[in-house]
Amino acid sequence: VSSFSVAQPGRARALFDFYVTGMRTAVQAQLQYRVNNYFWMLGWIAEPVIYLVVWTTIAEQSGGSVDGNTAGYFAAYYIVWTLVRNMNFGLSTYAWEWRIREGILSGQLLRPLHPIHYDLAFFAGWKFVAIALWIPIAIALSLLFEPTLDPSMLEVVVFAVAIWGAYLIRSLNLWALGTVNFWTTRGAALSELYIVVELLLSGRLVPLQLLPGWAQTLAGLLPFKWTFYFPIEALIGDLSQAELAEGLAMQVFWTAFGTALVAVMWRRGIRRYSAVNG
Amino acid sequence: MSAFGIAWLHFRLGAMNELQYRANLVIQIFQSLLQLGIGLVMLALVYSHTTELNGWSQPELLAVLGIQILMGGVIRTAIQPNMTRLMEEVQDGKLDHALAKPVDSQVLISVREVRIWQAVNLVTGAVVLGVALVRLGGDLGVLNVLAFAAALAFGTVMIYSFWLVLTTAAFWVVRMDNVLDLFDGVYQTGRWPVGIYPGWLRFGVTFLVPVAFAVTVPAEALTSRLDWQTLLLAAGFAVALFAFTRWFWRVGLRRYSGASA
Repeated sequence: VSSFSVAQPGRARALFDFYVTGMRTAVQAQLQYRVNNYFWMLGWIAEPVIYLVVWTTIAEQSGGSVDGNTAGYFAAYYIVWTLVRNMNFGLSTYAWEWRIREGILSGQLLRPLHPIHYDLAFFAGWKFVAIALWIPIAIALSLLFEPTLDPSMLEVVVFAVAIWGAYLIRSLNLWALGTVNFWTTRGAALSELYIVVELLLSGRLVPLQLLPGWAQTLAGLLPFKWTFYFPIEALIGDLSQAELAEGLAMQVFWTAFGTALVAVMWRRGIRRYSAVNG
Repeated sequence: MSAFGIAWLHFRLGAMNELQYRANLVIQIFQSLLQLGIGLVMLALVYSHTTELNGWSQPELLAVLGIQILMGGVIRTAIQPNMTRLMEEVQDGKLDHALAKPVDSQVLISVREVRIWQAVNLVTGAVVLGVALVRLGGDLGVLNVLAFAAALAFGTVMIYSFWLVLTTAAFWVVRMDNVLDLFDGVYQTGRWPVGIYPGWLRFGVTFLVPVAFAVTVPAEALTSRLDWQTLLLAAGFAVALFAFTRWFWRVGLRRYSGASA
């Protein structure tokens, strides 16, 4: 159960195969529920559209920009936001609560791999369906809101890497948060608090430069901005090469942090776990 | 037994059921405060960069936020739980139990569930609205208050009808649990006056999902923006939508064949 890191080459190969298979299964499963997937996507697409409309309205009212951010910038920010959001959703903590309450986790414990691999592979596969469904939405939004988007080749490459970094960091954090359900049946309250703090300090609600200075400083000390603001800015902003490299390094740091957190929480939590039938 | 009798009976039953779980009240208050916090932070951010949004001042938008929370409370206390249950029963073929009862089926499926702790949002919304009205200062005419009450009632009827039409579609589509996410997402548009949205979206959140009628129109009544044509339109649309819902429900029922039928 505790095989969280895999060192031997044979096992690395096996793990790779496992991920490919897991992702392909997720693609097959999700493709069956296209309508349901679209309902879900249209539901959350409302969120960035609202922010976008509000800030565009303010920009146009005040002569074209808010603190130097133009309507075209906001359009680019929130349209890229939709792709980043598509990338960084992972297992919700509610699913965790359900797994523990219903004793589903017991079955998962019998499998040879650490259970996080099943989740990471499943959601990674789902991304491909989500992105396929997202493309028409992105085109429609671009036609409606006219984003200012002019990335260099390097920025595109960094973005392509950073969205997977965002996925890893956020998935690991949410997974660690989910293990809180080993100790309490009220884990949902904690995860809602997490989501609110993330909303405010990640760049999900507004581009971070619109926050007051102290809030920006605070955001710099937390992992959240590397899962929203950094990937978006990498593509649409004017980050220097040093800043791009620093951002990726921070993602590596927070991924390592999340991995350690998951390992510790899991080891302690599993000792407390006793299922309904076990 | 009258429709109201049945509704009252189910309300009491549901309330007694939920009163067993008092700790949920604390959780609900916590969630309400978090949501309110986000709304207030967003307003503060917006008005730190501008003094008015499309002609609406900060206290006016606070009133919109209050009404949005209030109406959200109504939806989550009384409307959404019934619709979720209906959706599940259509999927599992358990709706037969409700249909076999000697009362109007639409009345019955609309009143069976009530989540009283969600009513916390009624209080939160009312308090926010109250604060907003005090900050607005102007004295509120009787006509404004009456128009507000009427607009709120029409809005509730429209949201209920919208939800039931959508849920009735489950007779054909069967699996549509993500509709809940869709509605929750679109409902967030109500935080802002509908006038700020581009035309296509304004049409969508007015006539496809009647959020504008449920939140913006009542807010317009309180801020002396409402003309009688809009209120008349709201009344007409509420009646038409309700009639359509009634007809659509019956068509859907004919389509339904349960697990035992």
